Amino acid sequence: MAIIQPIAGELEPHPDVALVARVRGGDVSAYDTLVRKYDRQIFRIAQHITQNREDAEDVMQDAFLKAYEKLDQFQGNSKFYTWLVRIAVNESLMRLRKRRTGKMVSIDEEIETDEGSVPRDLADWAPDPEQNYNQAELAEILRKTIQGLPQGFRIVFVLRDVEGLSTEETAETLNLSIPAVKSRLLRARLQLRERLSRYFHRKRGSEK
Amino acid sequence: MKCSEFLALLDDLIDDSLTPEVRADFEQHLRGCSHCEVILNTTKKTIEIYRSHEIYDLPNGLRERLHAAIMARCKKGC
Repeated sequence: MAIIQPIAGELEPHPDVALVARVRGGDVSAYDTLVRKYDRQIFRIAQHITQNREDAEDVMQDAFLKAYEKLDQFQGNSKFYTWLVRIAVNESLMRLRKRRTGKMVSIDEEIETDEGSVPRDLADWAPDPEQNYNQAELAEILRKTIQGLPQGFRIVFVLRDVEGLSTEETAETLNLSIPAVKSRLLRARLQLRERLSRYFHRKRGSEK
Repeated sequence: MKCSEFLALLDDLIDDSLTPEVRADFEQHLRGCSHCEVILNTTKKTIEIYRSHEIYDLPNGLRERLHAAIMARCKKGC
């Protein structure tokens, strides 16, 4: 059975290390555990990039199958999850390219650099502003708002802030430099904040 | 500290990776600048809302179907 070195600097090996070793040893049920552990995240990431449910379903299947096929190439110097996310991001971008035939799609698309500009919108938000909407309305607002972000900002925000990857893992996954991830994350956070302000600002005359 | 300097370090503040000295400068700026206070609070809230709300749900039926398809192909060697 292949032995995977624990990630440098960590005292305890990540629990996925043992699962991956079992899969490499021929135990398919260990892969079942890994799929169940990460399928929701992979589906979400694919939806955020492709913005299409059928594509996200295909990406999720293809990403897990590709990861299974290529498990021998997984070095174990990054987390299995980060490696899987990288496969899913690439599959999602490929799917987009197929959809928009002839047009190159990359995470560099539609990036404007207005570094350092101070946000215009000063309106404070109501306390717990999401309570003014029901779950379905809120989900729709959040979807519409994040879909309006340039793709290169959206992917960085989703990986860093929604899925909880570190800056370094996000950079590695997207093949970006750490300063590029940081710059995109700031722009993404500020643009989302400004767009959400339309829905969440404190109503005039309301002190609550 | 100016508002533009505050903004440049906003992510480090949110991600809690500032040195105590820079954090103290930040806090001092915040006490006198309601603009930056609103930006900080609403940006934190933006992240929290996206983290805590599932906007692309994977229903159980679909999840099981996709899962079964993946595992069937893995068992065949893909």
